[in-house]
Amino acid sequence: MNFYEYAPYAYFFLIIFLVVGSYSYIYHLYTKRKDSSGIDYEHYSNMALKDDIDDTPVKPMSDEKEK
Amino acid sequence: MENRPLEYDYTVAKMFMLTTIVLGIVGMTIGVFIAFELAFPGLNTIFGHTIAEYTAFGRLRPLHTDSVAFGFTVSGIFATWYYVGQRVLKVSMAESKFLMFIGKLQFWLYVLGVAAAVVSLFMGYTSSKEYAEFEWPVDIAIVVVWVLWGVSIFGLIGIRREKSLYISIWYYIATFLGVGMLYLFNNMEIPTMLATSPIGETNIGDWFHSISMYAGTNDALVQWWYGHNAVAFVFTVPIIAMIYYFLPKESGQAIYSYKLSLLSFWGLMFVYLWAGGHHLLYSTVPDWVQTMGSIFSIVLILPSWGSAINMLLTMKGEWQQVAASPLIKFMVLASTFYMFSTLEGPIQAIKSVNAIAHFTNWIVGHVHDGTLGWVGFMIIASLFHMAPRVFKRELYSKGLMAAQFWIQTLGIVLYFTSMWIAGITQGMMWRAHDEFGNLAYSFMDTVNVLHPYYALRGVGGLLYLTGFLMFAYNIYKTMSSRPVEESELQNASPMGA
Repeated sequence: MNFYEYAPYAYFFLIIFLVVGSYSYIYHLYTKRKDSSGIDYEHYSNMALKDDIDDTPVKPMSDEKEK
Repeated sequence: MENRPLEYDYTVAKMFMLTTIVLGIVGMTIGVFIAFELAFPGLNTIFGHTIAEYTAFGRLRPLHTDSVAFGFTVSGIFATWYYVGQRVLKVSMAESKFLMFIGKLQFWLYVLGVAAAVVSLFMGYTSSKEYAEFEWPVDIAIVVVWVLWGVSIFGLIGIRREKSLYISIWYYIATFLGVGMLYLFNNMEIPTMLATSPIGETNIGDWFHSISMYAGTNDALVQWWYGHNAVAFVFTVPIIAMIYYFLPKESGQAIYSYKLSLLSFWGLMFVYLWAGGHHLLYSTVPDWVQTMGSIFSIVLILPSWGSAINMLLTMKGEWQQVAASPLIKFMVLASTFYMFSTLEGPIQAIKSVNAIAHFTNWIVGHVHDGTLGWVGFMIIASLFHMAPRVFKRELYSKGLMAAQFWIQTLGIVLYFTSMWIAGITQGMMWRAHDEFGNLAYSFMDTVNVLHPYYALRGVGGLLYLTGFLMFAYNIYKTMSSRPVEESELQNASPMGA
C-alpha cells in the first residue's frame, strides 16, 4: 500500500480522533468542573483579576513561600 | 532600600510601548501613502524621477506590511508580555537581574534588527518571499531576538509564584513556539556566495543574498503554510492573549467561561496550522491540499468564535461599561471584528467563493478589517490600559480617546466596504465573457472602474492613521498628567476629561 492509498484512511481517522478528543475534553471539563488539584476551573479567572504582587495566588507554587 | 515593598518592574514593557507607537506610525503612514499611490499613480514619482525607486509602490509595500506586522504588532506583543507576564505569574522583573538583562538585550537587538530590516528593504534587498523578505543576516538577528524572548518567557515562568499558567500565558507560549517553527522552516535558505553555477561560477551575487531552499510549488506551499500561520501566530494568538487579560481586568468581570477559553485554545492550535492551503486554491498544489485548506478554514470558525463569544459574554450584565468607557469600546469592537473577520476568511476559503475572490481587493479588505479592527484596536486598548499603570498617571484625555475611536471606526468601515465592492467588481469583470468565450473586459477596464474605491480606501486609511496619531499624543501627554494612587488602578483605568 503506497502513500496515496493510506493517506485518506489516515486523514479520516485523524478527523475522528480530533472529534472524539475534543468532545471528550468538553465532557471532562463540564462534568468534573475542577482540575486535579481540586480548583474550580472558573476560579482561574482570578489570576487576572487579583494580580497585584501581594495578592494571594490561586494556586501558590509552594505553601512555605506564601507564609 | 531593602525594606521597599516589591513592585512590578515595567522598564522593558515601556521600551516596547515606545517602539509599538513609533513603528505603528511609520508602518501606517507608508500604508496610507501607497494606498493613495494606487489611486493616483502620479504619487509614485512625486519626489522626482531620480529617487522614484524609493517611493514606488513595489519598494514600499513590503516596508508597510513588515513594519505593521513585525514592528507595530510584534512590539505590542512584547510590550504586553512584559506587563501581563509579570502580573499573572505574580513575579517582578526586578527580582531577577538576569531576566532584566535579557529583556533589555532583547529590546536593543530588536531595534537593531528593525533598523537593518528597514534599511535593507528600502535599498531594495529582498528575498522576494512575502512577509519573509529579509535577507539571511537579518533573519539570524530576528531568530536571536526571538530566542531571547523565549528565555524571558520561560525564565519568568521558572521563578513564578502562581503555579497555574493563566490562559494568556498559554497563548503567549503558543505565539513563541508557533512563530519560531514557522520562521525557521520558511526561511531555510542558501546564501548565493556558497553556490556554484552549472558552468562553474562561484561567489554569485552579494554576500548577504540568498535563495530559498525549496523550489517551485514546494516553495509556494511552505511559503503559505508560513504566510497563513503568520496571521495565526502574530495577528490572532497573541492578540487573544491580550484580550483575555485586558478585557476582564479593565471591566472587572471574570472571563465568562474559563473552560471555554481552554477548549478554544486547543481547538485553535489543532486546526489553524492546516488551513494555509486556502491561499493556493486553483494553483499547482495537489487538489487534496486545497480541499483540506478549505475544510480546515471552515472548521476554524468554531474555536475562533469560541474565544470571541467568550469575550463578548464576559461583558454580560455590564454593557453600560461599553457606553461609559472608550477603552472598553475599543476591546468590544476588537472582539466583534475578530468574529467578523474569522467568518469572512472561511467564506473566502470556500472554493467557489475563492474563484471570484482570489487575487482581488476583497482579500486586501479582509486582511485589513482583521488587522485594523482586531489587532490594531486591541493593541491600542492594551497600551491605554497599561499607560496609567506603568506611568502611575491618569490617561490624559477620555474625550480624545472617544474621538479617536469613532474616527478610526469610520476609517475601518470605509476601508473594508470599498475593498469589498472593488474586489467583487474586479472578480466579476475578470470572469465576464461573451458567448464565444472572449473576455468582456480588458485589465485597464477594471482599473478605471476601481479608481473611486481606491481613493476611498486611501481616505479610510488616512482616518485610521489620524486616530493613531491622536493615540500617540494621548499616551505622550499621559506621561505628564495627574499622578494617581495605586487604589485607582484596580479595574477601570483613570481618565482625565
